[in-house]
Amino acid sequence: MNIVVLVKQVPDTWSERKLTDADHTLDREAADAVLDEINERAVEEALRIKEAQGGEVTVVSMGPDRATDAIRKALSMGADKAVHVSDEALHGSDAVQTARVLAKAIGTVEGYDLILAGNEATDGRAGAVPAMIAELLGLPQLTQARKVSFDGSTVTVERETEEGLTTVQASLPAVVSVTEKINEPRYPSFKGIMAAKKKPVNTVTVADLGIDAGEVGLAGALTTVLEAAPKPPRTAGERVEDDGTGGTKIAEYLVGQKLI
Amino acid sequence: MLDYRLDEEYEALRKTVREFARAEVAPVIGDFYEREEFPYELVRKMGAMGLFGLPFPEEYGGMGGDYFALCLALEELARVDSSVAITLEAGVSLGSMPIYRFGTAEQKRRWLPELCRGEALGAFGLTEPGGGSDAGALRTTARLDGDDWVLRGSKAFITNSGTDITALVTVAAVTGTTADGGKEISAIIVPSGTPGFTVAGRYSKVGWNASDTHELSFVDCRVPAENLLGARGRGYAQFLQTLDEGRVAIAAIGVGLAQGCVDECLRYVAEREAFGRKIGMYQAIQFKIADMEARAHTARLAYYHAAARMLRGESFKKEAAIAKLTSSEAAMANAREATQIFGGYGFMNEFPVGRFYRDAKILEIGEGTSEVQRMLIARELGLPRSA
Ligand SMILES: Cc1cc2nc3c(=O)[nH]c(=O)nc-3n(C[C@H](O)[C@H](O)[C@H](O)COP(=O)(O)OP(=O)(O)OC[C@H]3O[C@@H](n4cnc5c(N)ncnc54)[C@H](O)[C@@H]3O)c2cc1C
Repeated sequence: MNIVVLVKQVPDTWSERKLTDADHTLDREAADAVLDEINERAVEEALRIKEAQGGEVTVVSMGPDRATDAIRKALSMGADKAVHVSDEALHGSDAVQTARVLAKAIGTVEGYDLILAGNEATDGRAGAVPAMIAELLGLPQLTQARKVSFDGSTVTVERETEEGLTTVQASLPAVVSVTEKINEPRYPSFKGIMAAKKKPVNTVTVADLGIDAGEVGLAGALTTVLEAAPKPPRTAGERVEDDGTGGTKIAEYLVGQKLI
Repeated sequence: MLDYRLDEEYEALRKTVREFARAEVAPVIGDFYEREEFPYELVRKMGAMGLFGLPFPEEYGGMGGDYFALCLALEELARVDSSVAITLEAGVSLGSMPIYRFGTAEQKRRWLPELCRGEALGAFGLTEPGGGSDAGALRTTARLDGDDWVLRGSKAFITNSGTDITALVTVAAVTGTTADGGKEISAIIVPSGTPGFTVAGRYSKVGWNASDTHELSFVDCRVPAENLLGARGRGYAQFLQTLDEGRVAIAAIGVGLAQGCVDECLRYVAEREAFGRKIGMYQAIQFKIADMEARAHTARLAYYHAAARMLRGESFKKEAAIAKLTSSEAAMANAREATQIFGGYGFMNEFPVGRFYRDAKILEIGEGTSEVQRMLIARELGLPRSA
């Protein structure tokens, strides 16, 4: 089975993450960049499927030059090759633009049966890109998968949401996005790290994908961040002495906060 | 050409091990340490990512890397914890390396693949209860009886010798008398579970509490003649080479510990307040941390240099001794200062610096004490053998 895995470079959750003052886009200088953990799980799942059934794993990533680190990591885990969309014009692109670019980039990969992605990135957390890509490519989408299995040309996933667990199926090719529960990703071995140096990475611009630079980036984005502020420090809270009316007071408080 | 940058694959390895240490080791190691328990699951994971195979060729299940790659992995592990670092160091550099270097094709085929995967551990028994520094004074004997070696004697403080996955101990033993009347010393592979080979209960140690250390005894312990490792009578020369390399590895662990102290202190002084300010505002604290960083940095350069000479096939005896001496002293000094910076919390086992403090001292003792390193450096400088 030939698999495309979407990966993204994100700021390390261990470091302080900030948006720039100028245009409220991610301040990429402020934090260490790493391969998004959820993408590591998507890569891991792809590798497990490949190890069981054979085929090729292609990593597709959109991001600045630095994203090569994330791509390298996926390759050193065991992916076979990569497509990297890197273009100044992409700066500030929103979810819809990103999905369009990625859909085109996926189109350059020949004969894929499955597109795997993380459910939502740990930085933007829009969680919409996999579904948008499925729509653009006219493919079925199975999101929030915590388990994936195959039977011929049918893919079955256990889909886990806050409401519960459902089993959903689709015929291949399909888009599947995975949650944290899907697996424990492997660490690359030194052998894998050295092998990754020789694996092909096809770096393309938006023009190479037949997209007009004006359609992407901050200027053409459908959504804009108008303002950004750090989370306010935690306040001391309010004490409620229970003199028999404690329950009512808590309920009143929650109503006041529009929580119930 | 002078170039201080590491190749990108070394950097990628360093980063991978760093992530592993941070994500997998740091959250659980304190409990293993307190319970004095060997962390099998961590060792299994280290094996799965190929750490035990780092310097060995792929034909034996290795990663095709080199000794420096091993050192980088050790440094990054020790930055978080020394018990797992020494388990890897002893497993690779004392357990597997002598077999790779001196073993027959058959011995390599038999032992290395499992050792490289970290599914089995090897140990190296040189030190005896009666003495370690004077390695030539060993008393354990092995006598050839028909097709068997028969071992008698005991070994002290042997790392990795008593785990559930320990496969073998390479034992240094006196196998006869040389032409000039001296001791003929050879190395013999004793598989775990061989009758007559007993592993005593674990020691109660000051540090390295999640690592495995035992006293071993051999009473009429028989192993086949082909378990001789390397040439008969070459044992002494073999382990001198093993130890020279091992010193660079121990130096890497010392650097890791020294750097780990800096990491912990930087975090702590940004949070802890005294007299109305963050303690990181006080110059007395800043200077301590600056000195700590300087020690870690110089010790790192020392082990890089020794490793570079080793990889180029140049003599590195003196450089290895300097690296080990500098790094273990840096680790000791940094652990002392880090504990001081943490104040009372530094004395509590729940903070890593307390662990660092307890783990630092052994670095000045194991694989050659600091006195032995100084003796080696003096000898390399051509000074006469002192009394
Ligand atoms: C946790 C742990 C793990 C270990 N793992 C292993 C292992 O896996 N395999 C193994 O073989 N050994 C191992 N050792 C043993 C270790 O290598 C020895 O403890 C070390 O080499 C010192 O030997 P010793 O303890 O016999 O001290 P001694 O040799 O008795 O030395 C005592 C003191 O005298 C000093 N001294 C000795 N000779 C001289 C001299 N000529 N001039 C000046 N000072 C001198 C020493 O520096 C030291 O300060 C381990 C030890 C520990 C504690």
